[in-house]
Formats: sequence, C-alpha cells, structure tokens
Amino acid sequence: MAGKRAGRDGFGQAMVELGEENEKVVALCADLAESVKVHYFAEKYPERYFQIGIAEQDMIGTAAGLALSRYIPFATTYAVFAAQRANEQIRLAVCYNRSNVKIAVSHAGLTTGEDGATHQALEDIASMRAMPNMTVLVPADASEAYEATRAAAAYEGPVYLRLGRTPVPELTNGVGQFEIGKARKMNNGKDVTLIACGIMVERAIEARDILKEKGIEAEVINMHTIKPIDEEAVVESVKKTGCVVTAEEHSVIGGLGGVVSEVLSEHSPVPLMRIGTQDTFGESGPPEELLTKYGLTAEKIAEAAQNVIRKKKNTAMSTN
Amino acid sequence: MQSVEYLEKVTKRIKRDIIQLCSANTGHPGGALGTAEIFAELYFSRLRHTPEQPDWEGRDRFILSNGHICLALYSSLARSGYFDVEELATFRKINSRLQGHPSREDLPGVETASGPLGQGLSIANGVAMAQKLSNSDVNVYCLVGDGELQEGQIWEAMMTSAHHKLDNLALIINWNNIQIDGKVNDVMNIEPIDEKFKAFGWNVISIDGHNLQEIKHAFDQFEKNEGSPTVIISKTVLGNGISYMEHEAVWHGKAPSEEEALLALNEIGICGFADDLVLK
Repeated sequence: MAGKRAGRDGFGQAMVELGEENEKVVALCADLAESVKVHYFAEKYPERYFQIGIAEQDMIGTAAGLALSRYIPFATTYAVFAAQRANEQIRLAVCYNRSNVKIAVSHAGLTTGEDGATHQALEDIASMRAMPNMTVLVPADASEAYEATRAAAAYEGPVYLRLGRTPVPELTNGVGQFEIGKARKMNNGKDVTLIACGIMVERAIEARDILKEKGIEAEVINMHTIKPIDEEAVVESVKKTGCVVTAEEHSVIGGLGGVVSEVLSEHSPVPLMRIGTQDTFGESGPPEELLTKYGLTAEKIAEAAQNVIRKKKNTAMSTN
Repeated sequence: MQSVEYLEKVTKRIKRDIIQLCSANTGHPGGALGTAEIFAELYFSRLRHTPEQPDWEGRDRFILSNGHICLALYSSLARSGYFDVEELATFRKINSRLQGHPSREDLPGVETASGPLGQGLSIANGVAMAQKLSNSDVNVYCLVGDGELQEGQIWEAMMTSAHHKLDNLALIINWNNIQIDGKVNDVMNIEPIDEKFKAFGWNVISIDGHNLQEIKHAFDQFEKNEGSPTVIISKTVLGNGISYMEHEAVWHGKAPSEEEALLALNEIGICGFADDLVLK
C-alpha cells in the first residue's frame, strides 16, 4: 500500500496549485494555518492570505465580502469553529447571499482524537446540509480531497469541504474523475449496499472483504457529496441489493445516514442501518481506539450488513 | 457633489417615503428616519455608482449592517434609479423583492443581506480588502446601529479593519441611544464609543448626524485619511422630525396609523419632488 496521507494534505497541495493558476483564489485562516495545511498557500502567496486571528465569525463575514468582490475565498479552521461557532454567519453572509465562499475544515469527527469532545464535530454535516444553497463535500482520502478542492474552486456558490485529520491509504487515486454530486462506486456487489463518506470509506471496503469471506457480495459507494445527494446512485444500487448500511464519522442524526434514509423512504424503502455516533459526544483518546469504542469499524459495518440482509429475507418471506 | 440645499430636499423625500411605505405595511421607521441625511449624502452626492449597471466593478460600496432600517435604503435605491419607484409599494408584501430585511439575491443595489446584527462590518472588511488587493480606488461605507455594538462580532471586525489598515473603509454609527428594550446605555452600556475606537486604532470623527454640512465634512476627512479605517459617530434622534416619535423606543419597529402618518407627513413638509420622481 502506498504511503498514507490525510485529506487535509490533499487540500494543502490543491491550494498551492490553485494559487498559481487563478489569482482570484484567496485564503483566510483563524490561527490554525498549519493544522489546516493552508500554510503552504500562505507562504507562497502572502498578499492573498488573510490571517483573521481567533475570530471565526469575523472570518466568515470577511470571506463573504471578498467573494462579493469576485474573489474565491477559502475560509479555513476546524469543523466545530466554522459550522457551529459561525453557523449564523454562514447562513446569512454565505448561503442567503449565495456568496462564492468555500469553507474548508479539518479536525472533523472522532479522529480529532486526544483533544476530546469539544473539538470533535459530529453534528456539522447535519447543520451545513440543512442550509439552502450549500454544497457539502466529504472526501475519502488525500487524492479525493485534492480533487474536491479543485472542484469547489471551479464551482460557483457556497461549499462546505470537510477534511480528515488522520492519514488514510489511497483509495480513489486513478479510480475516476471527481464530480460534485456524482457518487463514486468503488465496486459492484449484489447482496447489500454499503454507502460511506470520509474516512469510513476505507472501513466500508474492509467490511466488504470481511463479507466476501462469508460469501456475501457487498457494493461499496463512496458518497463524497452529501449535498446535492446522488439519488440515482442510491436508488439504482438498492434496486439490485435490496438493503443498505451507511457509515460516517458523524452522528447518525442528519448526516449521510439521514440523507440516505430520506431518499430511500421516499423512493425505494428497504432495510437500512446507520453506522455513526449514536446521539452522543466523543471523548479524548487515540483515533483508532475512539473509532472502535464508538462502533465506527469495519466489523460493525459487516455485522450491520448481515443484519439488513436478514431483514430483507424476512420481509421477502412474510410477503410471499 | 450636490449642495446642502438640494440634499435637504432629498432628505425630506426619503423621510416621506419611509412614512408612506411603513404606514401602508409594517416596518421600522425610527432608525430609518434618523439616518435620512446620511442616505441623502451617500446615494445622491457621495457614492460613485451606476444604478443602470448595479454590478459595475468600479462602484463605491454601501453595506447596510442594521438591515431593519432598510426603508431608508429602499427609498434611496428607488429614487436613484435601481428599480421603479412604484415597486416601493410592494415592501414586505408576498412575492416582493423588497423583503422585510434586505435580500441581495432579490434586489439590485443591495450589496449584502442583513438583519441579524453585527455582521456588516466583517463583510465590509472583506470588500475593502478585495479593493486593496485589486489596487482599486473604490471606497466602502458601512452603516451600523448603536445597539449593534453589543454584538461581539463587531469588536472582532474592528480589530480586523485596523490590523489590515483598511483606510478605504468608513463605518458610520447611527448613535440614537435607543434600542428595543430602552436606552442603549441602560440596556448595555456601549460608551465611551469614541475612546474605544481610538484604542482600537481607528480614525474617529464625531458629528451631528442631522447636519448635512457636518456629514459632508466627515466624509471629506475620511477620503483624506491614510493608514487606518475611519469611524463616523453620528449622533441622531430616533424618529427625527416627527414630534410624537422622537426618542421613543416604541417607534423602533412600529408602523404609524393612517392618521399618524398624515401628521408625520405634515411635520416633514413638502420636499419639492413628485411622488414618482427619480432623482438623478
């Protein structure tokens, strides 16, 4: 396996290239430049980099002002401080204005690790996707984060880009071109659909391999765009498999599991289970141990998959 | 630049619009009436703008932060030609572009949505930074209410304006000492405003916000200032010129009845411009 890299590394790399290619691209940061990997951009293009200090609400407003003047600002901080601290600023100055602001955040979810629950955003996808005009991207690895960053810059309108902090293996490199709103199918399968985003894509692939040994063929979908959701990809896949497990490093309320449930209950109701945090805060600890403790593992996904397959069979028997 | 005499007439036109629109619908007359002179000077004398081409990049920017006083903005936009004067009558009605608080996506000339307080200065900072980055000579004007200074984001933004030396930015504070729950300094004291801004590194100018000569002079001083942002602390009277409204917190967000509106229009007096006239 090639070296592991975090989503934020792919973002940092894309930003340097975008800076070179497009003089309208600017970046803002609230005192976390190196953590968010925007420091490479800052070093190379100091005149287009704005340090705002520990003032995220002001940063979002300032980014909106730059966007209203036809720049393409990337406002960077941790997920908690953007989506949650500056929530109303994002609603008014970014979404209601439909200003071309890109909110790029790292340290989302449990893998923020030892910093603990205060810094682990587990509700940010829910609040961001509820906002009109917002696009929500959750790339799976560094390559996809790189592609998503470039796609966000090319897209006209507000984008929330949720980046991972911990290094993950390359999963998407060479698999295909990234397109906002177009799910990436990682492999075909006929027995169950596993829909994952962010770092949970890696675990869904591991779950697929566990299930294979039991003779179960799982289809893995990397849902890097939470909004607009690729309804067609979800519905098409369950037509074939008849059951679904979602997996995300986020609360099961309102995130990927929420949106997939919404789509399927309207278009094609099937047995479904959601892997994610169960309406709880996180805590301090090493990322891997936290993921295990809160049930965000390949084993749990595989277990849930067998569960929904059983339910599917029971439903089929009772209706026959 | 227009004469003070002309702008006095414009001020009356804006105030008459505020009363007429608010009375026919709902809205926030008090603060809007108190800022009519500022709007007259900006939209009809100071701003370099092209209403027929609202997105012209070389336009000076006016950012309204306290969006509830949008009656003054809508009157100024319509009277300077951004949209038909007749459309003012749709204010706050369903399917209108004239929302209860301004919507940038809906109405030409609105630089940003506003209403939730404390956000305008941050947005104005971003616009001012963009002008510096583009080496443009565009000036940025931002209006806030005095009660709005109680919002924490304003103080974050005040640091940013000074830190980034945004001398192309003028902040105007409508200091009428009234907010919804009473006198600003009883609800939550904000004074001394001038010393606070000085300590934050701003160029501070204090004026009588109903004196057009002083307003002109303050903006002239702003245009000459280099290396720091300018704040114009504009002392005004809520509901200025309407005897029963002046200084009364209830008129922050209450519309006058038909009878009260007639009384108000009498007190403002005729402006010399027809009801449907666009002032060029």
